[in-house]
Amino acid sequence: MLGIEPLSAEQINFVLDQSKSFQEIQRHPLKKLATLRGKTVALAFFEASTRTRISFSTAAARLGADTMNLQAEASSLRKGESLLDTVRTLDAMKPDCIVMRHSASGAADFVARRLDIPVINAGDGTHEHPTQALLDALTIRDRRGSLEGLHVTILGDILHSRVARSNIHLLGKLGCRFTLCGPAMWVPRELECLGPPVRRVARIEEALEDANVIFVLRVQQERLHEPALPFEEYILLYQLTPERLRRARPDALVLHPGPMIRGLEIDPAVADGPQSCVLEQVTNGLAVRMALLFLLIGTVPPDSGDSRDAAD
Amino acid sequence: MLLIKNGRVLDPASQTDAALDVLIEGERIAETGRAISAPPAEVLDASSLVVAPGFIDLHCHLREPGDEPSENIETGTRAAARGGFTAVCPMPNTRPVNDNASVTRAMVERAQAVGSVRVWPVGAASAGSKGEALAEIAAMKQAGIVAVSDDGRPISTAKLLRQVMDYCRSLDLPVIDHCEDASLAAGAVMREGRQSVRLGLRGMPAATEAIAVARDIQLAELTGCRLHIAHLSTRASLELVRAAKYRGLPVTCEVTPHHFTLTDEDVAYDTRFKMNPPLGSRDDRNALLEGLADGTVDAIATDHAPHQPASKDVEFDRAPFGIIGFETAFALGLELVHAQLIGLKRLVELFTAGPARVLGLTRRIAAGEPADLTLFSADHPWTFRAEESASRSRNTPFDGRSFRGAPMVTLVGGRIAFRR
Repeated sequence: MLGIEPLSAEQINFVLDQSKSFQEIQRHPLKKLATLRGKTVALAFFEASTRTRISFSTAAARLGADTMNLQAEASSLRKGESLLDTVRTLDAMKPDCIVMRHSASGAADFVARRLDIPVINAGDGTHEHPTQALLDALTIRDRRGSLEGLHVTILGDILHSRVARSNIHLLGKLGCRFTLCGPAMWVPRELECLGPPVRRVARIEEALEDANVIFVLRVQQERLHEPALPFEEYILLYQLTPERLRRARPDALVLHPGPMIRGLEIDPAVADGPQSCVLEQVTNGLAVRMALLFLLIGTVPPDSGDSRDAAD
Repeated sequence: MLLIKNGRVLDPASQTDAALDVLIEGERIAETGRAISAPPAEVLDASSLVVAPGFIDLHCHLREPGDEPSENIETGTRAAARGGFTAVCPMPNTRPVNDNASVTRAMVERAQAVGSVRVWPVGAASAGSKGEALAEIAAMKQAGIVAVSDDGRPISTAKLLRQVMDYCRSLDLPVIDHCEDASLAAGAVMREGRQSVRLGLRGMPAATEAIAVARDIQLAELTGCRLHIAHLSTRASLELVRAAKYRGLPVTCEVTPHHFTLTDEDVAYDTRFKMNPPLGSRDDRNALLEGLADGTVDAIATDHAPHQPASKDVEFDRAPFGIIGFETAFALGLELVHAQLIGLKRLVELFTAGPARVLGLTRRIAAGEPADLTLFSADHPWTFRAEESASRSRNTPFDGRSFRGAPMVTLVGGRIAFRR
């Protein structure tokens, strides 16, 4: 699971359908299954992350798997070891899969080509964040029933957003169309070439007209190598306020991948309003990640060729 | 004595294209003519081969001194000989930088001792290639440099470049510039465009190069110094050079095989496709093909840039720029001939008379000239295997590519440097 781009609509729907059954478990008083007992999931986070790492480790725990944790701060990368040597060392401890986050685009692809175990991309640079897009799609589908024909507006720094890229691929394959809006240097023309129908709009008021779903992206200061736009300018032009939200469909959903800076990209009244799906997104993240772990390393049915080979 | 018999002599400089024999005595050509018979001579049968002047590569990196795990003068020139080159111009970004006569002399002497082909070093333009003060250019010229360049760390201020060009005009040396606006290139790992946006990799816009080309042409006009644009890669740059030539300015340019063969659409996360300047758009590639055909481009140069495998086996963002190119350059050029985009004579010119002219030399197949010759087949089928390369490095996007035509014999000063 390196990205959404290579997946078909059928594959995406299959993962979303599998995730439904894991949503149920989050509501049970006893949440732990034994499905992946004896399996080990390596969590290799080469870039700081709190919510995604906790989500994956909780998903693994609820399936009964053990986890191995590698965090950038404590890792040997600080001592000059290459990414390849680090993941080979992890691999030698025989995990069943690696969940990986890294600041370089393509890093998960790089590792997957060199190891024999499944790699789940938990965010690579400014490229993709496939599990985020899956949990977003699950959230929207729960509220709307279907994704077909929805008008999705994405606000913010789209060029540097792996969340935006994965969502455009995923929701596009499932029949959504997009309006992108943000400061011009963050919404380049080339985004129209990603595949799905995309239009770019300069004014937020226009971008919100007729929107069914609104993604508010975080202003990612850590990804900008140059002086960013002054905050005041961003707030003035692009903050999602209750007044602006009224231009969208009355039942429009508001999603945010977190972490959210209230008062910057989003007005607190919108973040806490009835249209906000922020907390459902977090819960659905667990379901999606459990489904993926189950699909990738769950026990192979005994009648398959793979298991016979393994027995030999 | 060596007699090359039954070959087709193709020499753009003297407008020769005829079935001729070439007799070599010692290091020089003794005679050319029809059906020469010289009984005591060793005979090299060149039936079905083209006999061309020795290829000259204006742009390469031999990594010695300083990065011998990636390449050295011995292995680099052996790879060059396999590619049909009889002379190569290594850039000065060695460690230490080739910015003074003692480094130049060490390179030249090393090449004489272990090199398969001639090594004509390019000296640094500024001390340490730091872009602050002039290097010891006159002393390096006496030691053997043929041009100056701060390749890889291009001079950022117009003021210093103007001084370098004023000075080099008086020394009659061309100035070679890697054209790049440093602020636009900072942090970028490929060309900005659809593919960089899709992959989430930081791109540099095409204008990064043309901005510097425009500035350099202004300075060539101001100083009268010969300016050579290294590895030109965009349509806008090519149009600037074409206009400068039209106005009679002393401006030349080279294009690499990878830029006329590949585009940014070929880039995924494979670091063998990472070089600087980065692979351009399809439109840029088409412009380069037009320039190769219409004469705007003066030379094909390899930018052979070896990097030891471990340094390239990393995340795309962290990998160094550059690919090896000696052994595939001419065969990639022949692809253009087979596709009828350029003629065979024009291709040979881009590897011989063109680069010689940039350096202020003439290279002809005629009595008294150095016996630097490349014998090639335009049809010989072969497959390039990086693991079989004579280079110490393996960083090439052309591993496994099948070709039609290849250099078969490389003669340097009458000596056989390579024979396929």
